[in-house]
Amino acid sequence: MGMTIAEKILASKSGAARVAPGEIVDAYPDVVMSHTATWRSVSVMRRIGATKLYDPERLAIVLDHISPAKTEKYAQDQQTSRNFAREYGIRKFYDVDAGIAHLVLMEHGHIKPGDLIVGTDSHCTIYGALGSLGTGIGYTEVTSVWVTGKLWMKVPTTLRFVLNGQFVIGVSAKDLMLHLIGRLGADGCGYKSAEFYGDALPRMSISERMTMANLAMEMGSKCVFVPPDEKTAEYLRPRLQDPATQYQPVYADADALYEQEIRVDLSQLEPMVACPHQVENTKPITEVVGTRIDQAFLGSCANGKYEDLAVAAQILRGRKVDPRVRLIVTPGSREILLQAMQSGVLQTLVESGALVTNPGCGACAGDGGTMADGEVSLSTANRNFIGRMGSPKSSIYLSSPATLAASAVKGAIADPREFL
Amino acid sequence: MPATQIEGRVFKFGDNVNSDIIIAGRYLIYIDPKELAQHAFEMLGEGFPARLTQYDILVAGRNFGCGSAREQASTAIKGLGIKAVVAASFARTFYRNAINDGLTIVECPELYAAVAEGDRIAIELASGRITHQGGEYAFPQMPDSVRRILELGGLANYLKANLPAGS
Repeated sequence: MGMTIAEKILASKSGAARVAPGEIVDAYPDVVMSHTATWRSVSVMRRIGATKLYDPERLAIVLDHISPAKTEKYAQDQQTSRNFAREYGIRKFYDVDAGIAHLVLMEHGHIKPGDLIVGTDSHCTIYGALGSLGTGIGYTEVTSVWVTGKLWMKVPTTLRFVLNGQFVIGVSAKDLMLHLIGRLGADGCGYKSAEFYGDALPRMSISERMTMANLAMEMGSKCVFVPPDEKTAEYLRPRLQDPATQYQPVYADADALYEQEIRVDLSQLEPMVACPHQVENTKPITEVVGTRIDQAFLGSCANGKYEDLAVAAQILRGRKVDPRVRLIVTPGSREILLQAMQSGVLQTLVESGALVTNPGCGACAGDGGTMADGEVSLSTANRNFIGRMGSPKSSIYLSSPATLAASAVKGAIADPREFL
Repeated sequence: MPATQIEGRVFKFGDNVNSDIIIAGRYLIYIDPKELAQHAFEMLGEGFPARLTQYDILVAGRNFGCGSAREQASTAIKGLGIKAVVAASFARTFYRNAINDGLTIVECPELYAAVAEGDRIAIELASGRITHQGGEYAFPQMPDSVRRILELGGLANYLKANLPAGS
């Protein structure tokens, strides 16, 4: 019997010839990511009296949530993280100006196909967009990996998703994922790995694959894989210039065992919206059109990428944001912000009435854009949990960037197909 | 060393209780169990978290602790004085964080269906059984290597006791 991608990567990182679902292995990650939570891992390290890292080159630290600091407490915590990075000579350290950890690490060539990445963030699944195994852990476990280099991992079973056909105009990777999360439920892929295949895959950009691998966490996925192809190689080429960053893509064997196959015809999908207060509470846009919104947030590791901003700008060009709506745009990273400046996308957004913030997690992580009682937010992020963006009496709907831009113009949830 | 038997009154939650509900993002500036416990589950409205201090064990449906990987979700529950969480299933990040925090967790979908709020249950960790109103429910044991972390009260203690030479 052959192996899936998750099985192959976990075998390779634990020094085994082969592993099977259910087995527990001691795996050695290539990258240990910690974001704003870094200071907590530092405090655990101090508390237990550890002073030496297994391998400083494997650590990556990005200060992305609540950046720049908004209170003294955040400032002190960030200082702790910064000082730790200096003391231990962490070369993959990015300060509050860089952007969201996941996007920053991929843009800077720190994530390679076949890598194992763990980090203090559930959306580490996003690294699967490049064919790597990414998964979230807590801050104490990060300390443990810093010091010992390894962690126990259970080998997951795998679901095989087959995507065929083409999106109709106005429908995107975000709508696909909201469709799947609604169909499978918040734990439909719980404890499992997800592999994506189908004739649609070669047409999907790296940005779309990031959205897919990111959102797949919201159906419980432990890890996600889009097998590397020409597009992956093209994305990585300018980013992996160091000869030390050679990589070997990992593919599933033809006779790998899958728990289930789930097929989607992309041409049948329509724009989808996740309604309060669970991501699995999805509805086709036609059922929610006309819902009034007070705020629209375009950003996050799910949809704060350049392509996401560009799609929104395409709809907002020559139009104005409804005066009753606050449109907040938070580019995912400095690279994305620069690209949006150079291409004119940023100017289009600002002219339409958008408020543009510095790169980072922004309103998704509760940094700015806090919602008052009774307010409604439409967001391109990945979570609409009660109180996540402020008052527990506010509500959050989730959509694609195109739906968000159309809705910002209308002042209410709107169908982007009318604007394209 | 945690007790081998945990006994007490049950508070019952439904499915998909996410970690933003357990502890909101704005409190992640804390790591102390007592500080976190003051804000645990406050999204659920009046009476929380004070109501929960009258119970010993949380019982929940599917996918308990889903969403954010924040370790403070399990720390906050521990801070409330809750001795164990029994759920039909757990989200994997919560499952790991609970073990690493030394919070006892048990997967037992059969008990979830049978139990009501305020009932008393007893969890026998060594034999993998829960007793409730004369009924008995079996649950799967954790692998020994993982149970060792829980038995030492969490990963920080485990790590301290097993630091690699020179670190």
